[in-house]
Amino acid sequence: MNRILNFIEKAGWPRVIIGIFLLSLFIVAPFVRVRIDTSISDTLVRFGMNGVMVLALVPMIQAGCGLNFGLPLGIIAGLIGAVTSIELGVTGLLGILIAISIAIPVAIVVGFVYGVLLNKVKGGEMMIATYVGFSSVAFMCIMWLMLPYKSPNMVWGYAGAGLRTTISVEGYWEKAISNVGSFQIGNYFYCPTGMFIFFAVMCLFMWFFMRTKTGTAMTTVGSNPEYARSAGVDVDRMRIVSVILSTVLGAIGIIMYEQSFGFIQLYMGPFYMAFPAVAAILIGGASVHKASILNVVIGTFLFQGILTMTPSVINSLIETDMSEVIRIIVSNGMILYALTRVVKVKS
Amino acid sequence: MASLGPLLKMEGIGKTYFGNRVLKNVNFTLEKGEILGLVGENGAGKSTLMNILFGMQVIHETGGYEGRVLINNREIHFENPMNALEAGIGMVHQEFSLIPGFSAAENIVLNRESTRYNILVESFGERLKTLDRFKMKERAQAAIEKLNVQLNEETLVTEMPVGHKQFTEIAREIDKEQTQILVLDEPTAVLTESEADILLESMKRLSLLGIAIIFISHRLQEIMEICDKIIVLRDGEVVEETVPAQTSIKDIASHMVGRNIDSAFTRDSENLDRSSTKPILKVKNLWVDMPGETVRNVSLEIYRGEVFGIGGLAGQGKLGIANGIMGMFASGGTVSFENEEIILNDPRSALSKGLSAVFEDRRGVGLLLEEPISWNVTFTALQMQNKFLKSYLGGLLRIRDTRAINECTRYYIEALEIKCVSESQQVQELSGGNQQKVCLAKAFATRPKLLFVAEPTRGIDVGAKKVVLDTLKNYNKKYGTTIVMISSELEELRSICDRIAIVNEGKIAGILPATSESTEFGILMLGKVENGSESEKAS
Repeated sequence: MNRILNFIEKAGWPRVIIGIFLLSLFIVAPFVRVRIDTSISDTLVRFGMNGVMVLALVPMIQAGCGLNFGLPLGIIAGLIGAVTSIELGVTGLLGILIAISIAIPVAIVVGFVYGVLLNKVKGGEMMIATYVGFSSVAFMCIMWLMLPYKSPNMVWGYAGAGLRTTISVEGYWEKAISNVGSFQIGNYFYCPTGMFIFFAVMCLFMWFFMRTKTGTAMTTVGSNPEYARSAGVDVDRMRIVSVILSTVLGAIGIIMYEQSFGFIQLYMGPFYMAFPAVAAILIGGASVHKASILNVVIGTFLFQGILTMTPSVINSLIETDMSEVIRIIVSNGMILYALTRVVKVKS
Repeated sequence: MASLGPLLKMEGIGKTYFGNRVLKNVNFTLEKGEILGLVGENGAGKSTLMNILFGMQVIHETGGYEGRVLINNREIHFENPMNALEAGIGMVHQEFSLIPGFSAAENIVLNRESTRYNILVESFGERLKTLDRFKMKERAQAAIEKLNVQLNEETLVTEMPVGHKQFTEIAREIDKEQTQILVLDEPTAVLTESEADILLESMKRLSLLGIAIIFISHRLQEIMEICDKIIVLRDGEVVEETVPAQTSIKDIASHMVGRNIDSAFTRDSENLDRSSTKPILKVKNLWVDMPGETVRNVSLEIYRGEVFGIGGLAGQGKLGIANGIMGMFASGGTVSFENEEIILNDPRSALSKGLSAVFEDRRGVGLLLEEPISWNVTFTALQMQNKFLKSYLGGLLRIRDTRAINECTRYYIEALEIKCVSESQQVQELSGGNQQKVCLAKAFATRPKLLFVAEPTRGIDVGAKKVVLDTLKNYNKKYGTTIVMISSELEELRSICDRIAIVNEGKIAGILPATSESTEFGILMLGKVENGSESEKAS
């Protein structure tokens, strides 16, 4: 009994409760004719798709810049990389590599400007970040139309100019990373091994980074900026580095998402992308000041698991097609819950 | 009024904060129209005594007080400051509690405004009465009249000079009809010489009107000038009760700072002979813009290997010196260390030259409260000196060497007797004394050539105090580290320092060997020499 209580204490009640709820959904699923293997497969795929974007929040939290509601900025950098790669017509892993290598410099530049801006609004980062995200999306709505992309796969058919809202990556690099070492069990279970490997590498990279001199300084800046300053750390510089890192990871994250999803969503696509990522990391047990890689992994799994399972199970229970409505209710409900938990959830 | 006996009587007052005794058996009486001067060093217990009288919340929250407070021979127990106000005790705080956008008159009658009836009162009650501005103005004028000062009741508080703000506050207390006792907590600290004189005049007038005044001040001349009775507090005890005619400023000063010889920190007799007078740190015309601790013009030379003390009353700028040199606040002037100039306003410059500091603001600047002890101890050394890093891939990748960090931390935990569960315990879970030791360990881990220690014993218990002071002493002896200790406790400085500089009004008032008479330090602290000459000029 003590050991159970100890475990709960360590994991935190919210995670235990959400975990139990997720488990019960899996148990109920077969009785309402939802296939359990499909469900698990879907959960795994969504976990891999979103993992890197959730991971992108870690550096800014650690540096005391709060939750990166400006994630759309990084996502836009990723989108630019992705559409450019398609424009070039490169396929397979190489195509993704090109997308990433175009996205990273773009992300570094916008991340730097964004970081400078956030340094001017210390204390109100999250509010400003939200609007930076929103307005960058609006700005890009214009740009997607104006940018001189030509590939017939991407532009509007009737005008011959301007990018479409949804662009298929089929035939270019759909599931190029996911399929590395992936396997199928039966008709319904698919494991995107490559995506997991990629996510693991990213986590490892982050783990290492947080243990370098710069990473340590970053965490200290988040913990107590005055202390960091007295120890000779350039607080503003550290914060900018964290914002750049977060933006770059956001860019890589969206490319991962697209190659698995099969589509690039432009225009309003990135608008709400930050919220599920924020909700996931908070559910994973992070606070506004502290986040670990374990928080990312647990949070992404729980959040995406619930998001996959609830609509299908409840839909089958009430026997009408409400899945989209339920998905919206559940995902926003979870975000709302998570945001009330901005202080570190311990018990 | 048929008052029997004294107006206010405090009998056997005692108070402990978390086991720390701050007041012990304080007795005094106050007659109608009497002016009582209350003097003592910072932390002598003056504020606590006034808080008890005023029924402040903090007293109840920390377990109440001992002894009895009697007004007109009736024992009273104030639950909160409102009770005290009703009983006729007015208090003027050091910080101004005025509403900036309101006029003097509005502030004076605040929450006791004269009002007129209007129709809305029928349905919405008393709170909706109209303000009677004419009457309010009259009342404000009357109160100002009593003070006999030039103050226009229409002026907005934001547009007033500091002195007038102070008068407005006092006028507010006078306007309360029931006020019999007025507590003035360092009212002259912010005033210019001439404003202070006017205030003192007003106080005399008030006392003639029958209002008793408790006057707290560090300016002993004022105390001597207007008080009928003087009480000197030291370490929570009344050490002297006297009248101005029978004492002198020098006497009071020595009562304030002098401690019993058998105090905990007696100086080692085996005092090292430090003939070395080679300066290691030269400070010239330093100014530091640190809020509340402004340094105006400080020039100093600190010798290699000595323990140098900087003392002085709170707010005079002694803390600003270390903060300025270490680059924490905007500053100017020239500072050179081992003949190399330190770039001010850049913490890296001072740190890289081998200076280190333990700041007075432990929780704000000194510690990472939510991080383990090991981080706190090793972070500066890691950042500034690349210690505790392990190389991978031929130096391309360098990450924290957790084992070395923990080893180093364990060493300091043992050496400084830090009480904790393990080196990975969060610092916020430690007691104040142990947190202070962590701060010291942090500074030691960088192996500094010169170490600033600001208020190292503030808020920690006697046992920890001893460990901290001994550690500093030993560190100085063992490694020859120059130590600059900044403290408001003179006795502490005298127990470990070689020379002590006293800071007054942002300047060095004088540097004396630690063996000098405590009276001499006391006089320097109160800036008596300067004030004296100024008032001569004025008269």
